[in-house]
Amino acid sequence: MQHKFLVHEPGDSVGVAVADIKAGEKVTGVFLNDHNLRVEVVARQDIPLGHKIALVPVAEGERVIKYGVAIGVAQRPIAPGEHVHIHNLKSARWGK
Amino acid sequence: MRQTFWGYRRPDGRVGTRNYVAIIPLDDLSNAAAEAVSKVIQGTIALPHPYGRLQFGADLELFFRTMINTGRNPNVAAAVVIGIEPNWTRRLADGIAETGKPVAWFAIERNGDLSTIEKASRKAKEFVHYASELRREEVDLSEIVVSIKCGESDTTSGLAANPTVGRVVERLLDAGATVLFGETSELTGGEDIVAARMKTPELQAQFLRVFNDYVGFIEREGADLLGSQPTQGNITGGLTTIEEKALGNIQKIGRARVDGVLEPAQPPPGRGLYFMDTSSAGAEAVPLFAAGGAVVHLFPTGQGNVVGNPIMPVIKLSANPITVATMSEHIDVDVSGLLTLEKTLDQAADDLMDMLLRTANGRLTAAEVLGHREFVLTKLFRSA
Repeated sequence: MQHKFLVHEPGDSVGVAVADIKAGEKVTGVFLNDHNLRVEVVARQDIPLGHKIALVPVAEGERVIKYGVAIGVAQRPIAPGEHVHIHNLKSARWGK
Repeated sequence: MRQTFWGYRRPDGRVGTRNYVAIIPLDDLSNAAAEAVSKVIQGTIALPHPYGRLQFGADLELFFRTMINTGRNPNVAAAVVIGIEPNWTRRLADGIAETGKPVAWFAIERNGDLSTIEKASRKAKEFVHYASELRREEVDLSEIVVSIKCGESDTTSGLAANPTVGRVVERLLDAGATVLFGETSELTGGEDIVAARMKTPELQAQFLRVFNDYVGFIEREGADLLGSQPTQGNITGGLTTIEEKALGNIQKIGRARVDGVLEPAQPPPGRGLYFMDTSSAGAEAVPLFAAGGAVVHLFPTGQGNVVGNPIMPVIKLSANPITVATMSEHIDVDVSGLLTLEKTLDQAADDLMDMLLRTANGRLTAAEVLGHREFVLTKLFRSA
């Protein structure tokens, strides 16, 4: 398998690692809607299987998009290749 | 192509996939006697639980609805009800007996445990002989009622296991079958998408009322649910927010539209896809679906939830290769090939559909073989 992450929708700001990714690794992602559509990004941190990797820059306070829908708000600026999780992303609904 | 499975036709016409003689305690005080009967009489199953005393109002109504409809579930061939006193015991037994299946009840007061156990055991023995002579018959797939709920989800659930269930749900509905889904609070962030699937504006309003009521209760009780919803397991698996979890969750209904909104433990009035107002905790939600008449449950998991149910087979599927490798004894269907792109969604759905039919026909699930019989009643508020 050549890809290390999958992306739900075109326009999503994050992909999901389907294998463990090492910091500094240049990794390929495949879009679920079209397996010929690919994106490459250099990981800034280790990203374990199942965790999210940023594909585009996201400003602090900006919505993070997955499934083509907002899944929360960036708590600080996020750069492409960064691990996106509870340290930099928070629900816009609960725990405000 | 007409699809069929082999099930047990009950006197009320509904079809089960299992053939239990259930020993049902009315209340916590009767668990000991019910469990004693299930030890003496092979082929019976006891359903111990901690409630049934001093409940009132809507909480008492939900209690009786859950217990009666559990006994009415077509996976139950016959039922023995044991309670501390005769009035509520008879109320539970009469509710089950309306289906026409054999039911008997025994009260402990004025008898004591030992005499009750003996009388109940003699009746249970009779019921086991009766049930053991019932035969499966071939029935159309449209007669099946399937429930769906995920647990210990992670991002692989939303990528692969839940969409696999979604594809199977679409096929079941195309075949004219019935599907129940729920997990009210876990739709937060995706509630508009679910609301838009409701077939009528009235249903949409009803769904949003139920949703807002549940979420309003959660927001009044506690502010930050991180660690509870998403759970610690969800977070380990990469899920960050309730919205992300919800969007993964709703993949389970595929592209289907919703025919109705049900109270907890309420059987659907017809065929199709129904939303039931439930907790998102597996051991609480699954018994409510079983009370609603579901006879097989599809349970996608990411990090490896091991829940089962005493009267309903719970089929586990997972796409997380670590879970599939480290908890293989719990997983009935491995859909990790969706992450490596070695499988298409339709192929994964074929695998799950195959396991669903085999399970309906009698194959025991991992949870059944491993003895998982979680039966947690939903309680709305403190007893009096």
